[in-house]
Amino acid sequence: MALLQTTATLFNKELRTELRSRELITTTIVFIVLVVVLFSFTFDPTSTESRRFGPGLLWLAFLFAASLMLQPCFLREQLNDTLSAVRMASPDPFAIFLAKLAANTMFLLLTELLMLPVFAVLYNVPVWHVLPSLALVLFSGSLGICVAGTGVAAISAQARMRELLLPLLLLPLLSPVLIASTEATAALLAGQPVLRLDWVGFLAAFDLVFLTALWLFGEFLLEE
Amino acid sequence: MTSAGAPLGLRCSNLEKRFGNFMALRRLSFEIRPGEAVALAGHNGSGKTTFLRIAAGLSRPTSGSLHVGSEDIITTAVRMRIGFVAHQTMLYDELTAEENLLLFARLQGISASADRTAELLRETGLAERRCSLVRTFSRGMRQRLTIARALLHAPSLLLFDEPGTGLDAPGISWLAATLLRVRQAGCTILMSLHGQAELAAVATRAMRLEAGSLAADSLSGESIESVLRVKER
Repeated sequence: MALLQTTATLFNKELRTELRSRELITTTIVFIVLVVVLFSFTFDPTSTESRRFGPGLLWLAFLFAASLMLQPCFLREQLNDTLSAVRMASPDPFAIFLAKLAANTMFLLLTELLMLPVFAVLYNVPVWHVLPSLALVLFSGSLGICVAGTGVAAISAQARMRELLLPLLLLPLLSPVLIASTEATAALLAGQPVLRLDWVGFLAAFDLVFLTALWLFGEFLLEE
Repeated sequence: MTSAGAPLGLRCSNLEKRFGNFMALRRLSFEIRPGEAVALAGHNGSGKTTFLRIAAGLSRPTSGSLHVGSEDIITTAVRMRIGFVAHQTMLYDELTAEENLLLFARLQGISASADRTAELLRETGLAERRCSLVRTFSRGMRQRLTIARALLHAPSLLLFDEPGTGLDAPGISWLAATLLRVRQAGCTILMSLHGQAELAAVATRAMRLEAGSLAADSLSGESIESVLRVKER
């Protein structure tokens, strides 16, 4: 109960500070739109090519945008040493991660929802008829990106060359998520749409493993 | 103001902290009894901040031990009984003064968080600016709010790192009066100081660090003023 209450209090703080600064959402949306538009101009794909390559490009764009978004989530807590204050006041350090994870996932999903119509139009790939299944894949994949990314962001925030360290650690770590999400999305956008439960199950397992790791080792990641 | 629970003492034994090749703390061994108010002096880089951060449970010593009360400092339960003021404000610039205090009050499980927040905003003279974002505050106002945040949960141990930073003369007087009240309520205080005789007057004991080692302690017979007098380098 204390964990949920603390998480809710911190999540509320994350939303409030983000809504006032709009730092993460604005950066992510602008970046992701640029990437998808530039990919479209560079390749000028046909509808068949779009169904084949589109999901990969889409998830690469999500991944790069997420790495941009995840970087400041712990870094901006260092500006006034607020992370120390939160650590000293929170009965459970896992709540700090849960709140950041929930906020990051929400911001990333919001960006993806805004991005989806742009992708559908530019790549001529209809997505509306598979939207519920696609939402499940987007959620599982985004959670995977954010659960691993939040942990890595906590590590890199305390390191030298932190701007380089986050993508360097995160991108290889997230390659299984990238593959599973791309395969699941490609199956949904194919001529005969099908929800690949094996890939969705893989994503769920990835999320669970990294969430457990955060729960077990989260406090050590926050130490100076 | 009363202290939450019994005051906490602090005991360190052969405490050392190393950052790469730099030795920030060298074999520190001393005890601070519950209810003492200790002023910690020393040049910049003498190890005051490093020691306070270890005592707050935010950093681990390289070797040696540090106990707060009878427990290992790292436990969350002990950490939640400490009020800490660091060099930085530890406040969210994008939240208002009231939101900052309410956030920490809720995290600490203070039941009447709104009442406690209002009380502290009144005490710090920030009640009229309670709805202003912290980023619009002057350094002195931020420091008052920082001190209010540290006192929010009526801690059993106060660790203040140069708490007079940014405060004007009336601010220093307010802080000295607040610290005196807290000390009289039985709270243990350890604060690093640079000058500021008014704050030093609150102390019942003084220690001086030099190059990470304990160079002087008023318990050995030296006066508090003499221990706090940092020699020019």
